[in-house]
Amino acid sequence: MKVPNKATRHVNQNEGVIFEKSSAGKAAWKLPPLDVPEVDTAKLLGGAERKDLGNMPEVSEIEIIRHFTRLSTWNYAIDLGMYPLGSCTMKYNPRVNEAVARVEGIANGHPYQPEKISQGALRILKTLSEQLLEITGMDAITLQPAAGAHGEMTGLLMVRAYHQAKGNARKKILIPDSAHGTNPATAAMVNYAVENLKSDSRGMVDISSLEAQMNEDVAALMLTNPNTLGVFEQDIHRIADILHAKGGLLYMDGANMNALVGKARPGDFGVDLMHLNLHKTFSTPHGGGGPGSGPVAIKKILEPFLPKPVVVTKSDGTLGFDYDRPHSVGRVRAFYGNFGMFVRALAYIQANGPDGLRQTTEDAVLNANYIRKGLEGTYDLPYSTPTMHEVVFSDKVQAKKGVRTMDIAKRLIDYGFHPYTTAFPLIVPGALMIEPTESESKEEMDLFVEAMKSIAEEVEENPQTVLDAPHSTRVSRLDETAAARKPILRWKPANQS
Amino acid sequence: MLKALGVRSIDDLFAPIPAEYRLNGDLKIPRQMAESEIVDFFRQRSRENGDGYTSFLGAGAYSHYRPVIIDSLISRGEFLTAYTPYQAEISQGTLQSIFEFQTMICELTGMEVANASMYDGSTAAAEAVMMAVRLTGRRSVVVARSLHPEYREVLATYATHQGMPLTVTNFNADGRIDVNELERSITAETACVLIQSPNFFGTIEDVDAIATIAHKHGAMLVVSIAEAVSLGILEPPRQADIIAMEAQSFGVPLGFGGPYCGVIATREKNVRQMPGRLVGQTVDKQGRRGFVLTLATREQHIRREKATSNICTNQALVALMVNIFMTVYGKVGLKELAKQNLAKTAYAAGQFSKHGKVLFGNVPRFNEFVVETSEDPYAINGRLLGHKIVGGLPLRKFYPELKNAALWCCTELTTRSAIDTAVGLVAESERSVGSSPEELEEMAR
Repeated sequence: MKVPNKATRHVNQNEGVIFEKSSAGKAAWKLPPLDVPEVDTAKLLGGAERKDLGNMPEVSEIEIIRHFTRLSTWNYAIDLGMYPLGSCTMKYNPRVNEAVARVEGIANGHPYQPEKISQGALRILKTLSEQLLEITGMDAITLQPAAGAHGEMTGLLMVRAYHQAKGNARKKILIPDSAHGTNPATAAMVNYAVENLKSDSRGMVDISSLEAQMNEDVAALMLTNPNTLGVFEQDIHRIADILHAKGGLLYMDGANMNALVGKARPGDFGVDLMHLNLHKTFSTPHGGGGPGSGPVAIKKILEPFLPKPVVVTKSDGTLGFDYDRPHSVGRVRAFYGNFGMFVRALAYIQANGPDGLRQTTEDAVLNANYIRKGLEGTYDLPYSTPTMHEVVFSDKVQAKKGVRTMDIAKRLIDYGFHPYTTAFPLIVPGALMIEPTESESKEEMDLFVEAMKSIAEEVEENPQTVLDAPHSTRVSRLDETAAARKPILRWKPANQS
Repeated sequence: MLKALGVRSIDDLFAPIPAEYRLNGDLKIPRQMAESEIVDFFRQRSRENGDGYTSFLGAGAYSHYRPVIIDSLISRGEFLTAYTPYQAEISQGTLQSIFEFQTMICELTGMEVANASMYDGSTAAAEAVMMAVRLTGRRSVVVARSLHPEYREVLATYATHQGMPLTVTNFNADGRIDVNELERSITAETACVLIQSPNFFGTIEDVDAIATIAHKHGAMLVVSIAEAVSLGILEPPRQADIIAMEAQSFGVPLGFGGPYCGVIATREKNVRQMPGRLVGQTVDKQGRRGFVLTLATREQHIRREKATSNICTNQALVALMVNIFMTVYGKVGLKELAKQNLAKTAYAAGQFSKHGKVLFGNVPRFNEFVVETSEDPYAINGRLLGHKIVGGLPLRKFYPELKNAALWCCTELTTRSAIDTAVGLVAESERSVGSSPEELEEMAR
């Protein structure tokens, strides 16, 4: 499909795909003169030589700068305003983190450079590990997993190895019905069957169901705490006891750790292993969907099974990697994990210190409760259990007018906010899952509450305005059904498409 | 705000946490640091981390020049501080750039579809193999021993509990996969053959021959590409069914091993078994072109335990670096860049062959080569370090039989004078009588 290159009144709204700007001879690169003899590529490579790079673009530097700058203006971002995506913890990403990640020896260290000249990187790995252990109350940690879901997989591999070492790997993982989709998907990747565990009327794990379902076939329970309703599992220690009594393990999905840092430690309330999301709780940027980082912290009983290598202090006091781990689950990623994210997370912890981390958590919980108070009565609150860092409403009231959570979300865009998480958790039909984080001021939250109330009024008076939203964006609602039915996943020139 | 909530103190809000689990004191971590102190801390760590050394290391992590506009553009808060583009109307910037990324990966690899990124090359290779298992309904895998050893380890971890038997096929005297052994290893249960090209030794595999063998037995061919710059001058493995790539070479800092950028590319007919995010083109209500995340029914948030993978967050910002890099070099620049890598490497290998033995020399290679010395490479590297040079990667950790061999890499950033100095020092080492190997090995670590 060729888009005609016609002028519009707003140049940002006329930015085509980069290939449409390409023409032969334009360039944004320059190489230094070759200081070694030229080679005859045909002679060196023979049939392996490539002749043509197809439709790769040829554009100038200013065109590239404008292209991506214009594209950037079509994105919403934390830097533009409140981004209350529940369970995603869209907090401010401090810029000092970016600066220190780009210091020469940190940005350009090679993963295989000798340990003797890697002491700086090893020190960062060790320091961050120690501080995350203090924060979680656990005994040992691996930083290798590249994201939260990858951490889940690593954790369940350790669960399996632990049970296997006892002679029986067991068959299944219990997962509450309120859990994120990665939990069951991960269990499947580690070849465990998934058994659903239902929630009670408070939105917490139903203890009698757990007691009934727990047996020697269950390897572990994967529990998010606070759970996806923003509710702290008050019976957490009882849950742990029920599991432990039958030899099972308690896995905590740390997606919602922003409600606990500095206030309570999973290691103290019976958790055997957990992953953290450095891109949520520890302020590393989400970057449009990654890179993340998903360290897994564990209790001592699981230590032999950690992925390899692990960082150790050697007899001469220097740091090094230990590969001699006979019981290790193996490697889950090449090299040592998303090191650049470790640098940023450590800088965040340093900037906060113990008092700052505690205050952060307190503010996050205070903000969520403030929003709950502001919107209670306007939107249906399916669970009245106390709220921690996020609050979940439903569209029950608005649905009577035919307006659903996604419509309200789209209308919120017109008010200058990023939508909350829609239609999740699954136990709340038509969910509105709101997590403000500690980063928002009272002023920003007052505006958000006002916007949400205003939308509720619009639903009563003129629901069509909400159903047609957003009205202020570069494109209106996009046809996702058509996109999936006949996928166009790459650009092609007009004569090839 | 507390007043608005009708609570006396902030602690009331934490009452849902049973009192015995609430922390009363401070976490035992250092006090708050000022920005200047934080910067100072990391500058200090940088000085302890190889800053100022000339390196000949590659082996899955390559040092190429990063055009400055990459960081200028990815530092824009609209890219840096956005999340996964679920709300398409306010995420067109991220979505369109991923669409362009998918397109360029297809152009370079010769495949028809590419995803929005995976964690890295190693996990992409493992996920590609699992994809082949789903597509063929077969369970076992044949892996080239010349695949990056850490990629092999990751695959072994992923495969263990999937009941996927792995068979490893050795390489020949020319450094390439032993095709006779390969053919013997493939059975009616082989889902795929996984190779890397250029392989771990920098040698270009005979992809045609391998593809023919795999396909003859109904197995798929999965090709891992660890050095993306090679695509500028090497014919891509078009005969492959799935390509699992590491795109770090395209503008991503070495960063002590991560974050990097994996990608999976394949044929259109395989797309519904592909893991990871995909961006597709569509139209809005007014018929204007726009982009959305699509084919989500493959993914964990819809399919839960029946998903193609548990992957959720991937490497979007790193993929954006890769995207900008590919746009900067483009159709002509990528070729010229790759040619410089080839020329530097040919020169260096030629120089080294005067003083040591360059292994696997009879077949084409890209920007890495293996030098065998009579002295222990750890010992040689110990001496090089004294001259602020990081020598090639000793291979015996991964390949015990290649006892005194090391893997060297040259890119467009490697100068002739650095090559000459390194060659001179290796030659000197070869002539001298070394200290005890144990002592020098300790020095080199």
